[in-house]
Amino acid sequence: MNNVCENEMKLEFLSKSSNEAFARITVAAFASQLDPTIEELADIKTAVSEAVTNSIIHAYEGKVGLVKIVCQIIEGCIQIEISDTGKGIEDIEIAKQPLYTSKPDLERSGMGFTIMESFMDELKIESIVGLGTKITMKKNIKKAFD
Amino acid sequence: MDWKYEKEDKLLTLTLTGEIDHHTAEKIRRKVDYEIQRYMPKKTIFDFAYVNFMDSAGIGLLIGRYKMVTMLRRNTRNIKCKT
Repeated sequence: MNNVCENEMKLEFLSKSSNEAFARITVAAFASQLDPTIEELADIKTAVSEAVTNSIIHAYEGKVGLVKIVCQIIEGCIQIEISDTGKGIEDIEIAKQPLYTSKPDLERSGMGFTIMESFMDELKIESIVGLGTKITMKKNIKKAFD
Repeated sequence: MDWKYEKEDKLLTLTLTGEIDHHTAEKIRRKVDYEIQRYMPKKTIFDFAYVNFMDSAGIGLLIGRYKMVTMLRRNTRNIKCKT
């Protein structure tokens, strides 16, 4: 990833569920400079919402911690990095499976990673148990090449 | 959230509005459960026409309500979604 970064923003907030809407709207506002379609914007918002919710529910489990988002625009592409310093994911492959949830009692659907994977063009999950998780997602905004 | 109950058909229509995420789903869940238990409808319709954002928390909410409704009235498929 040696491509030139055209624009960048960083966001840090407490892991409170009331910040979920704030996070996805801010990322969507930043992405809007690429002139995405309403659908592309909705995809980005949903993927960000899933990742932030995961950090709040799973990584910090109700405790207060910091969720960090770094957004970069690279050659008509938006790259979103969402990281936390929570408990980490033990088995990423299992966590990625559709309908798998480690918290069925909370009425979770287990679709978080599946949604991120299908709504974005690229998804990378890095996690160390006890140290935290970093999600990197990329989406091509077609219009930027017109 | 808005609701309408039609007595003769025992039909409960729940119109959800705004954004459904992990934060708002909890409040919606409480309201929906209250209305379903109050009316004990034969059929429940969720109207999503006025929802402008929903993530997996919304799916979880629906699956949870479906399970609840089937527990209340066994062997009936009585949740319909309208978008």
